[in-house]
Amino acid sequence: MNAGIPLEFFLILATIMFFVGVYGFLTRRNLITILMSVELILNSVNINFMTFNRFLFPHKLDGMFFSLFIIAVAAAEAAVAIAIIINIYRRFTTINVEDVDEMKN
Amino acid sequence: MASNQIMFILFAAMIVVFSVLTVTSRKVLRAAVYLLFVLVSTSGLYFMLNYQFLAAVQLTLYAGGIVVLIIFSILLTSHINQKFEPVGWKKSLFSVLAAASGAILAIITILDHSFAVTAEAAREVNMRVIGKSLLSTDYDGFVLPFEVISILLIAAIVAAIVVAKKGGPGKPESETLNR
Repeated sequence: MNAGIPLEFFLILATIMFFVGVYGFLTRRNLITILMSVELILNSVNINFMTFNRFLFPHKLDGMFFSLFIIAVAAAEAAVAIAIIINIYRRFTTINVEDVDEMKN
Repeated sequence: MASNQIMFILFAAMIVVFSVLTVTSRKVLRAAVYLLFVLVSTSGLYFMLNYQFLAAVQLTLYAGGIVVLIIFSILLTSHINQKFEPVGWKKSLFSVLAAASGAILAIITILDHSFAVTAEAAREVNMRVIGKSLLSTDYDGFVLPFEVISILLIAAIVAAIVVAKKGGPGKPESETLNR
């Protein structure tokens, strides 16, 4: 089903998604939205892996398994990050990164 | 234009538009829903690349699991109608500059490089192949990362429970309740 679509289109799409995630990571001040930007970045990396696997090495499955393990790591990371965020909220009643600076003082 | 090209353009437009909305929306719950749209369109791209298993994993784990987790934590930590203050123009400008210059550099590199696309016959990716390579110790087997990821998941479960349980790590319960 990927006939007629050049490899570069997928890569450019993933690049745009990655840097939109970077923009969100730099501008957001809420911990949950920062986590959402990280998910965008991880997702764009997955698209890259799958595209290279399909276009350049279609007889192998390495890219697919890399994506599978990235998804597993992302799920674990999201679970731990949200546990930490909820703990921070309990302690400071805010999850704004500018207000959570106890270790600086 | 073939139908798969139209589908690709549709998915690409959805991904770009909704990822921009995810990072710019001032309402946090809306941002989470836009993220859900991005993840669903990405799974559409995986279907287009003929990786049905990974598309299903993307739908169940990302769209079904992580987004629900994020929405739960949003409901626990912020008011539903709360709006973020707009980002200052200085920070916004420099972030756009950083992101855009990175993106342009990467896109120029991609277009400059000639990829050796093979016309080789694609290997069929069915459940039997995936299960066999996940548990095989051969050259293209993935049993080691499979076992490592299982240890990681156990560690993540234990860590999530320890961090989020009442009182937090090493804290008496009364101290956190008074805050």
